[in-house]
Formats: sequence, structure tokens, C-alpha cells
Amino acid sequence: MMTSPPPQLRPDSPELADQAGEWRSAYVHIPFCARVCPYCDFAVVEGQENLIDRYVAALLAEVSMADDWDTLDAVFIGGGTPSQVSPALIGSILEALDAKFGLVGGVEVSMEANPEDITAESSRGYRTAGVNRLSMGVQSFDDIVLTALGRQHTGRQALQAIEDAHADFERLSIDLIYGDPTETEASWDRTLDSALAAGTDHISAYSLTVERGTPLSRAVAAGAPAPDDDVQADRWERAAERLSERMIRYEVSNYATADPCKYNLATWAQGEYVAFGLGAHGHRNGTRTRNVRRLDRYMETIEAGQPPIAGETVGSDWDRELERLMLGLRRTAGVVTGVGGRRLLERHPEFVDAGIIEHRDGRIVVVKPLLTDTVIREVLAVPAQE
Amino acid sequence: MSEYIRNLSIIAHIDHGKSTLADRLMEHTGAVTEREMREQLLDTMDLERERGITIKAQSVRLTHEYHGHEYQINLIDTPGHVDFSYEVSRSLAACDGAILLVDAAQGAQAQTLANAYLAIEAGLEIVPVINKIDLPSADPAAASAEIAAILGGDPADVLAVSAKTGQGISELLDRIIERIPKPSGDVDAPLRALVFDSYFDTYRGVVCSIRVVDGRIRKGEQVLFMATNDKHAANELAVSTPWILPVDQLRAGDVGLLITGVKHIDQIRVGDTVTLVSNPASEPLEGYDEPRPMVFSGLFPSDGDDFERLREALEKLQLNDASLIWEPETSRALGFGFRVGFLGLLHMEIVRERLEREYNLDLVSTAPSVAYRVTLTDDSVIEIRSPQDLPHLTSVAQLEEPYVRAMILAPSEYIGTIMDLVQSRRGTMHHMQYLTPERVELIYELPLAEVVFDFFDHLKSRTRGYASLDYEPTGYRVSDLVKVDILLAGLPVDAFSTITHRAKAVQYGKGMVETLRELIPRQMFDVPIQAAIGGNIISRETVKARRKDVLAKCYGGDISRKRKLLEKQKEGKKRMKMVGAVEVPQEAFVAALRVDTSDR
Repeated sequence: MMTSPPPQLRPDSPELADQAGEWRSAYVHIPFCARVCPYCDFAVVEGQENLIDRYVAALLAEVSMADDWDTLDAVFIGGGTPSQVSPALIGSILEALDAKFGLVGGVEVSMEANPEDITAESSRGYRTAGVNRLSMGVQSFDDIVLTALGRQHTGRQALQAIEDAHADFERLSIDLIYGDPTETEASWDRTLDSALAAGTDHISAYSLTVERGTPLSRAVAAGAPAPDDDVQADRWERAAERLSERMIRYEVSNYATADPCKYNLATWAQGEYVAFGLGAHGHRNGTRTRNVRRLDRYMETIEAGQPPIAGETVGSDWDRELERLMLGLRRTAGVVTGVGGRRLLERHPEFVDAGIIEHRDGRIVVVKPLLTDTVIREVLAVPAQE
Repeated sequence: MSEYIRNLSIIAHIDHGKSTLADRLMEHTGAVTEREMREQLLDTMDLERERGITIKAQSVRLTHEYHGHEYQINLIDTPGHVDFSYEVSRSLAACDGAILLVDAAQGAQAQTLANAYLAIEAGLEIVPVINKIDLPSADPAAASAEIAAILGGDPADVLAVSAKTGQGISELLDRIIERIPKPSGDVDAPLRALVFDSYFDTYRGVVCSIRVVDGRIRKGEQVLFMATNDKHAANELAVSTPWILPVDQLRAGDVGLLITGVKHIDQIRVGDTVTLVSNPASEPLEGYDEPRPMVFSGLFPSDGDDFERLREALEKLQLNDASLIWEPETSRALGFGFRVGFLGLLHMEIVRERLEREYNLDLVSTAPSVAYRVTLTDDSVIEIRSPQDLPHLTSVAQLEEPYVRAMILAPSEYIGTIMDLVQSRRGTMHHMQYLTPERVELIYELPLAEVVFDFFDHLKSRTRGYASLDYEPTGYRVSDLVKVDILLAGLPVDAFSTITHRAKAVQYGKGMVETLRELIPRQMFDVPIQAAIGGNIISRETVKARRKDVLAKCYGGDISRKRKLLEKQKEGKKRMKMVGAVEVPQEAFVAALRVDTSDR
């Protein structure tokens, strides 16, 4: 069993990035949302809160029918909106995970929450239930942008929720979304100011992305303004500049003062994790699995005593080598070059020439993170044999 | 007995109902039952069916009883598009008459007229017919008057039919017997048979469509192809009813199929005369015009490894299309490919589509070009089919480009807009004639290069689809031509070079540069796009470097999905060509077609 990393390692350190691959974690999906955001393409359901009890019961059953595994270093409860589920039920899920796998001392238990659900009381409740890291879906502190994003809270509410959560959570993250067409440069600056002033130890800043099949993509297809790549590049650069005043960027969209999100760090290191809940993806013994994405089928399958797996992918050794690069290159720490990386360098000297990647200390590092996928696309096309 | 034989074609514009009429004639004469009738039986190629045009000539033998005698009517199909007028001339030479079929709602079209004139010149008897009289929009009186004016006859002489409903079909069959002369020719003279078409059949090899003019041919006889001087055995003789029916002999006046065991269509020259080895004719029949390609385009496999497959596919296509010619071409930008000659743009599109569809090839084709004639300073003359082949200007004494005589038929209200269009295409008017007070025939002299690309589209849109066009080459003329080069990231891209008239060079260069700026995706670096004449830059745009190319999120939940997404995007990029370090989408290579130089 691995122990937690020594605290002195920076969030972007190569040592930390690499050892994260050994961590064991669990992902738990909560699909419920009071309102589904127009840009969201996750497995989510709206207005079905009456099913929460039945869903959590199914989740617990899914945990109990899982194969035994190692003790967990990290748990991530994502959504949807996990804060739609009461602290008591969240507590029951964590108990089930502990009973099944065990949780290491100092285990990181992250949970996503919406500002409108967080009060001094609920915050206390989740903390008592065992959550020790809260990730707050703030998205913006600008009410115009929040409305455009279809969010249900105001900037003021978000500040209040952060303040309330701070009483219980030392580790607190803020999620931000930039590049909505209604957002101005000044608005983004103010949001960054507020986020920094909130004093959390972690910020994730994502570009608004038009995902297929979402209400946003239909609106854009019907002529609504689409996010602009150049504007988003400006915003990313602005975020990187401002947030670096007191944080370290350790992945394309993630910043931390000291401790990165362990679960995420583990996935970028191609680590393994068990996954429970609607549409959840797991990674065990080199196999990637995915659960069914329809709520009734998910629950009925488990209630019939069956695992709710919808499919699995077993990659070849070479597929996994390329996947290692694909995931690792998103990190500031880059990735150990390896055989795949050497092939990439041979085939694509232009990336080094253009100053997009650097090859140093046995690692490949993307030094222009905004062009990461330009590199990854070529990584994925590197053949196993020349 | 040739007394009871009639050989004819149907001359009609696309959509004027030729195939439907052929179907109806076959049905009426019992050649096929309704159950056997596939729709538009004569058009057998899928592409032809899709585009509603006929490319290869086919023939069918019908029988019709008239005044107590059984007559044999050989219906010889003709193509109906301007690109294929050489095919028309072949078919017509095998006929003694032709039905001139005109849509009663639309009136005569330029091509119909051009083909009708061809038929008249060839001495064919014309049976004028107006079709689609069942349509509410039909104006039989006006259409009849127009045809009568064109042919110089009596409007009452024009037969009105509806191929759709069958109205007037038996009258038409009678009219064919009455009007079209019986075949001339002497059955006792030495054999002379005209090859008016050929096609490749997987089992039989090359099948020749022949019209026996004099004498007779029996199965098994040794025949001589007079132009190629090749001798073969007449292994099989047949007629198409439209089912292939073997026969023992074909006599003067007959139309039928000759199968000799020849395996490659190259060995058969359409227009050749077949005679007997044992009793050869002294003079061959008058041949046809050889098909002459007018438009040339480079065809390159997207994947360089497919070069050999492309060659094989072209060879296979040529089995059935003797007009297709090509030679290997090398492009710095596109690698190894072929410079292919086509009869026109439609022919080019059809060939390209068949290569992609039937041979599963992914092709890049370059902007089409005409053939230019270059006189060098040492007085030698060369023909170039690609702008790349233009020698350095210091060694060029004179440049000539091909001209055509274009016939445009349109309602007279559009004369003004047609004149504007033709003038912007460097055309000069030759002749204008009112066919009726509402319809006018305009004859222009135009550079072929101005006609072959999008002239017809513009003509159609300016006249709401009412104008029609036909053209024929009239030779070369000296012209003030320049070569416009396009540079990507400072390097000239051979596949983008064009030869154009000096007066249009700047407009073309600008248009091309702007089009490319839209088509070329952003890259890792700025990509300047320039147009130049000689060393002189006439236009410049820049595709700014891509700034953002990264997914916002990639977490445990969507690794497989994101991977698939990126792999798919990469697949899309495979359709790009690397030109130096610049990724260029395939559409860019035909971008020249989108550059509009007709309006200023």
C-alpha cells in the first residue's frame, strides 16, 4: 500500500505526477440536478429527486457486489450535483466504500457541490459524513455570465457558500468556466479577482465547450453565438497569469496552492479506479469499463442482482502506451518519454522546432498547453511498428 | 429485307423525356413487357440513372406491324450532354433518320438544336415530335411553331405525344415507317459495317455495336478492321431486343453486335469499318471525328500508396471509355498522379466519381485547365495541358488558347444579361437570330477556358434556367496570357498555378487567395498566402496561427471518449495534403473553380 505523498512536493512536480499512478481511487457518480445546465453532456437527470433514495440503495448494492480490491487513497463524488444528496446518504456511500475496500489514513474524499446547496449546516453535515475536500461549481462571479450559463445561483450566493464551506473545509476548490460569448475581458478579470480573494487552495478554470447533443450545441446550430477560440485563448492566458500569483498550474485547467486533486492526478497517471453509479467509468486491470447511462436501467439492473456494466474496452499494450502519453501530456510535469514518446519525437520534430513541446530529463513536456491536442492527435496516430 | 428496316435515333435535351419515350416504344412494340420493364431501360449505368443522362450509346431492335408488313425499327440511343457530342456523331452516322423530341412546355434547347443540325448535315430525315403534352404547362402550339421555324417545315407536321401516358405513340411508330427512309446499301457488295460504339463485357470481352451498310456478315467469318488493319474472327453476332439475342448473320441495313474476342477496347476504334478478309471492300466508310479531350485535370491519390491502384482503375474505366486519356504527372505538392483529359466538366465529374465510388479511391483533383499552344523563341510549338508545363516566359514567343463557337438559345428577355455575361468572359458576338418573337439564338466566339468551368451555371442562374448552351471548338488564337502562381508560406504550390488572361489575373489571384484563406485551417504557425505573376506579388492574405487546441477537461469518466474524439479528428486531418509544412484540405485544390471572374 502506498502512503500519501510528502507535503513538500509541489503540485506540478514530476515525482508526484508519476507516483500518482500507484494510487487507488474510487469514483462515485450522482446524476441528480435541480436544473441541467445547457452545456452539460454528463450522465445527468433533472427533477427526479424522488428517486434519490432508491438510487443510493442501488449504488450501495453496486459497491457490495464489486470485486475486492486494494485500500483506497482517494474518493471522488462527482455529478450531476452530489450536493442534491443529503449528508447522511453521502455518509452511507462512504461507509460502504470503507467496508468494501477500506480507506487509507489521510484518504482524500472530494465531492462536487453547487453553491445554492451549501449552507453552514449542510457544509458541516458533509464534513461530518467524511468528505474532506469540496469542489464548488461557481463557474463565474458575474451574474450576467451565470444567467447565460443557465446556473441557478448568483455571484453573491457563491461567495457566501464559499465562506460557509471554509469553516469546515481546509481543502476547497472553485470551478470556473470562461469564454461564454456574454463574458467580457473585464468580467473574467473580476471573476478571477473574486476567486483569488476567496482564498481557496484550488481552482479549476475550464473553457466553455460546445458538446454534441447539448442544448447549447443546438442553440449554436440555430445561430446563437459560439465561443471563440481566440477569445478563449486570451482568457486562458489571463487565468494562467493571474492565478499563478498564488497558485501553481499542474494541468491544462487546474491550479493548486499545495495539494492537487489526488483522484484526478491518479487518472492522468493512468492509475486504476473503481467506479459506481450512472454512466460511471472504471479502470481496473488494464480494462476500462462504463456503466449504463439510463437511470431506470441502471437501478433495475442492480435490483436484479446484475452489475450495470454497459461495455468495456481492453486496449493492447501499445494502445495503453499511447494513452499514457495522451493523459500525461496534459500535466505541467509532462510525461516520462518512454518508447511511445521517442517515436513521437522521431516522427514529429516540428513540435520541438515550433516550441510546443520540450524534451528534457527523460520527459516530454507540452510548454504551450493551449496546443496540447495538436500534439496528442499525433501521439494517438503513432504506429506500434515503424 | 432492308425494305422493312428503319434505323433512327432520338435527339432530345436532358429531361425532355427521351428515356421515357424509348421505354414506351419498347412497351408498345412488345419488346419488353411491363413486368420486365425496368424504369428507363436504356440507361444502364447507375450514374447515368442518377444524373438522368445517357453516356454510352445503346441500341435496341423493335418490331412494328404497318400495312400488313412487319418492320424492324432499330432505336439507337444518343447521349444528351454537350460533353458527349462526339458520341452523338457516331450514333447518328449509323442512322437514316432521327426523332427530334422537344418538351412542349420548355421548347427547343441549344443542344437539341446542335444535334439536330448535326443530323441534318449527316443527311438524316427528321421526325419532329413534341412531348409532355399531358402537362398543364405544355404549350404544344408554340413548341410546334418553334420547331417548324427551326426546321423550316409546317407546324401541323409536328407530332404531339405524351411518352408518359402513351398518347400518340402508335402514330409515332407509323410516322417513323412513313418518313424515315429505308437503309440504302447493297447487300451483294463487299461487307462494310460501321463500328459506332463499343463496350467491355466481363465475359465476352469487347462488344462492338455495328451498322451493316453493305454486304453481310456471318458468324465465324474472318473480319478485317480497316483502320487498325487487325484481323479477328466474328465469334458471335447478336441483336439487342433489348435482350441479347444471338443471330447467324447481319445484313445490309441491320444494326447489331459483333464479338470478336478482343480483350481491350483500345484495339477497337470507334468509327472504323469492318469488312471481310475473304472479300474486302476497297474503300472504308467515312469515319467519325476522334474524340478530343478539351479539359485537363491532375488526379492524385490522397494516399501516395494508391498510385498503382489509380492507374489500374483508369485502365479499367478506359475499357469502356475510349475518350479517356491520361499521362503520369508529378507534383511537388501532391506527389505522383495523372494528368487526365476529359471531354468536358461533366465527363470529368463522372470519371472522378466513378473512380472514387467504384474503385474506392480517395482522390485530390487539381483545377481543370485547357490545352494551350506555346510557340517558343526558337519557333518550335508545344502544347501544354498543365500550367506547370509552361516554359519560362523568356523562352516563350507567343501563347495561344483554344476558342469555341458557342450557341445559346434563350427567351429574348434575357439577351441583355447574356451579353453582359459573355462580355465578361471575353466573348464576341457573331450572330443573333430570333427563332420566334420570344426566343433568340445567339452565336458567340469565346475562349474555351472561359466556358468550361462555370459558364453554364452562370448562364442558367442569369436566365432562371431557361437558356441552353452548346459549343464546338474553332481552333487556337493568340492571347495575352499570364501564369498566376500561388505561394503558401513562401513556397509556390504547383497544383494551384493557373494560366489566365492578363486582364483577369489580379481578380483571379485575389479570389484564389481569399478562397484559400477560408479553406486552409489554422496551423501551428502563421501561413501567408500570396498570388504572384512572375516575381510580382499581386495579393496576400494570412491564416493566423492556431492559438487554442486543447480540450478543457479530460478526467477518468471520459478518457475513452476523448481519445475517440481526437482519433476521429486525426482521421479528418488525414484527408489533408502536406504542402511543405502546411496542411491543405483537398477542397483547396479545386478552389479555383470557386473563384468567380465573371462579375466585376
